[in-house]
This record gives sequence, C-alpha cells and structure tokens, in this order.
Amino acid sequence: MELTGAEIVLRCLQEEGVEHVFGYPGGSVLNIYDEFFKQDKVKHFLVRHEQGAVHAADGYSRSSKRIGVALVTSGPGVTNAVTGIATAYMDSVPLVILTGQVPTHAIGQDAFQECDTVGITRPCVKHNFLVKDVRQLASTIKKAFYLAATGRPGPVLVDIPKDITQARTEYAYPQTVQLRSYNPVTKGHQGQIRKAVQLLLEAKRPMVYAGGGVVLNDAAGELTKLVRLLGFPCTTTLMGLGGYPGTDPLSVGMPGMHGTYEANMAMQQCDVLLAVGARFDDRVIGNPNHFNRESRRIIHVDIDPSSISKRVKVDIPIVGYVKDVVEEMLKQIETIKERPDLAALAEWWKQIEEWRAKDCLRYDRKSDKIKPQSVVEKLCELTQGKAFVTSDVGQHQMWAAQYYKFDQPRRWINSGGLGTMGFGLPAAMGVQTANPGQTVCCITGEASIQMCIQELATCKQYHLPIKIVNLNNRYLGMVRQWQEFFYGNRYAESYMESLPDFVRLAEAYGHVGLRVDRPQDVEGALKEALSLKDRLVFIDVITDQTENVFPMVAAGKGLSEMILSEQI
Amino acid sequence: MRHILSILVENEAGALSRIAGLFSARGYNIESLTVAPTEDPTMSRMTIITTGSDDIIEQITKQLNKLVDVVKVVDLTEGNHIERELMLVKVRAAGKEREEMKRLADIFRGRILDVTDKSYTIELTGTGEKLDAFLCAIEPGVILETVRTGASGIGRGDRILKI
Repeated sequence: MELTGAEIVLRCLQEEGVEHVFGYPGGSVLNIYDEFFKQDKVKHFLVRHEQGAVHAADGYSRSSKRIGVALVTSGPGVTNAVTGIATAYMDSVPLVILTGQVPTHAIGQDAFQECDTVGITRPCVKHNFLVKDVRQLASTIKKAFYLAATGRPGPVLVDIPKDITQARTEYAYPQTVQLRSYNPVTKGHQGQIRKAVQLLLEAKRPMVYAGGGVVLNDAAGELTKLVRLLGFPCTTTLMGLGGYPGTDPLSVGMPGMHGTYEANMAMQQCDVLLAVGARFDDRVIGNPNHFNRESRRIIHVDIDPSSISKRVKVDIPIVGYVKDVVEEMLKQIETIKERPDLAALAEWWKQIEEWRAKDCLRYDRKSDKIKPQSVVEKLCELTQGKAFVTSDVGQHQMWAAQYYKFDQPRRWINSGGLGTMGFGLPAAMGVQTANPGQTVCCITGEASIQMCIQELATCKQYHLPIKIVNLNNRYLGMVRQWQEFFYGNRYAESYMESLPDFVRLAEAYGHVGLRVDRPQDVEGALKEALSLKDRLVFIDVITDQTENVFPMVAAGKGLSEMILSEQI
Repeated sequence: MRHILSILVENEAGALSRIAGLFSARGYNIESLTVAPTEDPTMSRMTIITTGSDDIIEQITKQLNKLVDVVKVVDLTEGNHIERELMLVKVRAAGKEREEMKRLADIFRGRILDVTDKSYTIELTGTGEKLDAFLCAIEPGVILETVRTGASGIGRGDRILKI
C-alpha cells in the first residue's frame, strides 16, 4: 500500500504501541499533525513549550517502562527541545524524538526555521538520523525505537524534512532490526560473575551501591533479593532511589554530596563494594584520590563498558544488563554452600549502626518557621510513601530525596545528571499521563517552577491533577547555600524580590492555589490538596529562608569529610 | 603514549563528525585523522593517531565503540603494525642547492613529482618520524610548502581488521 511520509509516521507509532505523544506543531510538521487529526489511536498532548514536551515524554518513560515520544517542529522547536533531550541523555531515558525539518532542497540554504538538528543534538542523543528518502522512513523509525530501548537506553532523534512527509512510498513496517555496528553486550560474563560472588562471600565489610541502572533495567526485585540474602548494607544513589526499599533496615540511604553519614562512611570504609548500575559520578565520589586512600575491592556491574573504570578503577568489571547479572549471582549463590562471614558482618553492622545513630538528617522540629524537610516528611507520611514524586533541581530536590522514603522503583523522577531546573512540572505531566488515577506530586522551589510554569495551562487542558508542593524560600536555595559556605555570605543574584503570587497565578490558570506559612498548617493543606483528586493544586509553602541541606560533602572533598548540621 | 587507532565505520553522512565531536567533547587529542572508503563501499576505514595514558586510551576505545556508526575499533599499537604517511613538500631548488636537494630526496627515497627552474615538489612516504627527519635534514628556509596526509596503519602478518 502506498502511503505518504506523514501517514507512515503515524502507522509506525501505532505499530510500536505508542499511545501518547507530547509535542508542539509548526510549519515543517504540519503534514504529520494533519495525520494526528485523522486518527484517534495515538493521543497528542499539546504542551506550551517544546522543553516541556520532552520532559513530559521523559517522565512518562521513567514512570512506566515505556518509550516516551515527543514531536516538535524544525528550528526553534528543536533548539527549545535540546534541554529536554540532554536531560534524558544524561539519565539514560529511552525516548524517540521526532523533529520536523525544512524540505530537503532547502537544507543548507538558511531557510526559515532551519537549523542543523542532527548537528546540534549529536552530542546529547544516543543516536540521530536525518531521513532523506521516504523509502527509509519506516525502517529508520523502527531503528530509533530499537536503539532507544536496548543496551544503555537513551534518546534517539529522527529528523524528517517536510517533503519527505509528503512523498509517497510503499509501506511495510520492518519486524526486526539488524545493525552490524550495534551489538551491546547484554549478558554478563559467567566467569566474572563467579569471581564476583566469591569476593562478595569473602567480604568482611561489604557494601552494595545501587544506581539508576537498577531502576531503568527493572532489577529492583532481583537486587532486593540479593541484598537480603546476603544481609549486606545497601546505599541507593539519587537515580537509584526505590531500586532498593528506602524503609528497609538494610538500606543506609543515599551516598554522595548530600548522602547520609552512614552511607558515606560505609562507602569509604568497606572492603568489598558491589556497584550495580551506578557510575561513581562526581556527586557521589567527589574525590577519587581520597576514595582510593582506603583499599577495597570493587565489583562493577553496568550495561555500558565506558562507565566502568572511568573515574574509579574497579577489580571485577561485569558488562551486561544488571537484571540478568544479579539474577545469575543469585543463582550461583543458591548452588554453593559458602555464606557470608556472619561474625565479621555483625561487627560491620555494629559500626554502621554507630554511624546511623548520629541521626544525620536531624533538623530543628520545634522551629516556628516551616522547615522544608518537615513538609517532605509529612507528604511521605500522608501518601504512605507511595506517590509518584517528581522534582526540580536544588535544595528541594535533595530534601525530597532524603526525606521521602521510596520503597518502589520508578516513583522518584528527577533530573540527576544534567540537573535541569524546570524539569519537575512537565515531567509530572508525563507521569500522570502514564499513571492515571495515581497520586503525582511535584516537589519544587519558587525558582525552578518558574522555568516551565507555562505548563500549568497544559495541565488544565488535559485535566492532570498534579499536586505541586512549592518549597518557597525566596532564594535560589542551593546557590545561596554555596555562597554561605564558600563565598563569604556574598549572595550574588540568588535572591528574588518580585515573586508572583503563586496562589493567584495557579487560579489564573484555572487551578486551586493554597498558601501555608505556619508549621501547624502544613498537614491540613497537604491533606486538602490530596483530597482534591481531580484538581491540580498548587501549594505555596513559605519555608525557612536560610535552611541548608546536610550532610554535605563539598565539591572535590572526600566522602568522610562531611559537613554536618549544627543540630548534630 | 602515542597510539594508532584503526576504526571501521559505516560510510554514512555524519559518521566523521560523530567521531571528531567525541574527541573534542571529551577533551581527547587527535594528532592526525585519515579516512576513506574501504573495498566495501558501505564502510570507511579511519586511522586516528592520539596520545594519552592507558586509562584515557581505554576510555577513547570504549567511547568510540559506543557510537552506533562505529563497527570496530583496534589499537594497532598493541601489536606489530605498519604505519605510513604521505608528504608532499615543495622546496626551493635553485643554483647549487638544486643538486643537493635531489640527492637528499634520493637518500630518503623521495620522488620528485614536479619541477620548475626554482623548485622541486617531492613526494615522500614513510612513518611520521621519517617525514620529520627529512624536514629536519633540509634547511628550514628552503621549505616553501608541506602537506601531509596523516598516518594510515595496518596490522602485520595475519592481524586483520574486518567484520
């Protein structure tokens, strides 16, 4: 059957089982939009800015295991989308981004709304394509979906010139993909796994360090089994929260710059470290030389060989899907008789409990100002730790990560790698779309929320009842904290004087706005918001202006060189 | 340490910029880069001369392998290999310098490709070191122009880079 390029795009999306696309129309994608109009299998969500479209597709994917899809027009549509694409790339989120392009004959002529999309996005996609022949359109889209989801996932972009969407060709959707240059190693090496298991069982002070790979590869169940079988302490990174239950006694919280005292001390002093789907990035290991002062053996399981021995040398590298590798470890442990050295392990736990007893997340609960930590704790309590929580970037993100205890994977959605302010609200739209009827909260700050605030209109149009918890301290809080600690209290450009009235702003967009400025009113406001099941509620929480995030490992410092709160 | 990376890549538009972009984005060195299609026109063979510690070379190799267009990467310096570079050099050759220049070109097994009454254009093939040595052997003042291809490399004996 002969179809136009635009018809083929829609057919391919349907073949891939895509139900939701986030996008924004424009000249070069009008043919594709016309095809959207003519069908009702794939639902399109009109965002208010292309950055929002990609973040929404991103949140959709992170919370649902599915591939997120965004569609934007050429030129400014693409450049606006770049922040979203780079965000997804840094956090390995499988997305397919379809972009319009000027007609092939106009490429390179500085045409209206032309930009070198493939060139601009090249460093922040897993791969990208420019389709120059309509006969290659279907196979290219197939490749894009395949590449996005396999190996280390990531965003893949397909740039489609307008004349290609008009051209006609015989349509057949390829069933399989063959790429001779793309064969990621997915199955861990048996011998390496055996060595790793031996090492784990010989450990005196073992530690499990689980990252975003555990969540992305749906390995939380396997990892939880392994950790419990061995009785080892487990730390989950910012990207790995929920990969191991946060309320479990074996969980020691998050490691790194704002990690817990016990997690950081245990990372530093363990003798065997099992890293699973984590990458020793600079916010976890700020100073590799300091980290290497203590000798330990490291096992590193990751799908991406280039993540192994990049910042920290490892002893037993295992390349493969973490789910399969951990499963294989479990199998091997079950068939052999050796078990961990219980006496040594008890001694190690005694030490960890001593560190834990420091209660490093303590804060002033008697303050007459609203402490941001208490808001997150209360939200966690009221939602039984089961809500989907998105965040923006800054202090509120760290408090959300520290005080909301995630027991399940794919519940905590944040921009960990790129650190994109403005991520939270549009991401929550994607999360809510993928999980209708579920509680979706966006913990944000008054600075971050303003970076994509226009999406409140999208939420209204599609009835997305997100609960926005705005921890409003009238400061760019994390910037202010660094200025207090490292720049002699010189608060350069970190204060905002003319903030909008967020309650009235929410109302102007057709939503419910609430303001809380006394600690005793927090619970009531959160309860009220959660009870309004079908409304978006914007809760503007006026918090203590100068609260800081603790513990803190300053940039470039060692894990055991934490700054602790004065409360401790 | 100097390394010679041999890379098979899909002969696709943009493959070269993906590789060049990887080196610049991650701060790796490129001393030289040559590329041309192979006997299979769907594939190109690239030789990159780079420098870095073992850790950096390991990362470069891993990052290259991660690129979807890259089919295979081999570090030729890990084994026996042959390395050749072509240089065209235009030199002043007038009066009594003329005979001396001819002799020098012969010593280095260069071929004179073009002649005017004041200059020679010499073709020279060899390792980068040999080409450097030739340039050192002649007086800097007589060099009018040089153009070098950058090195190409191939494994010795049965070492073959193919899919």
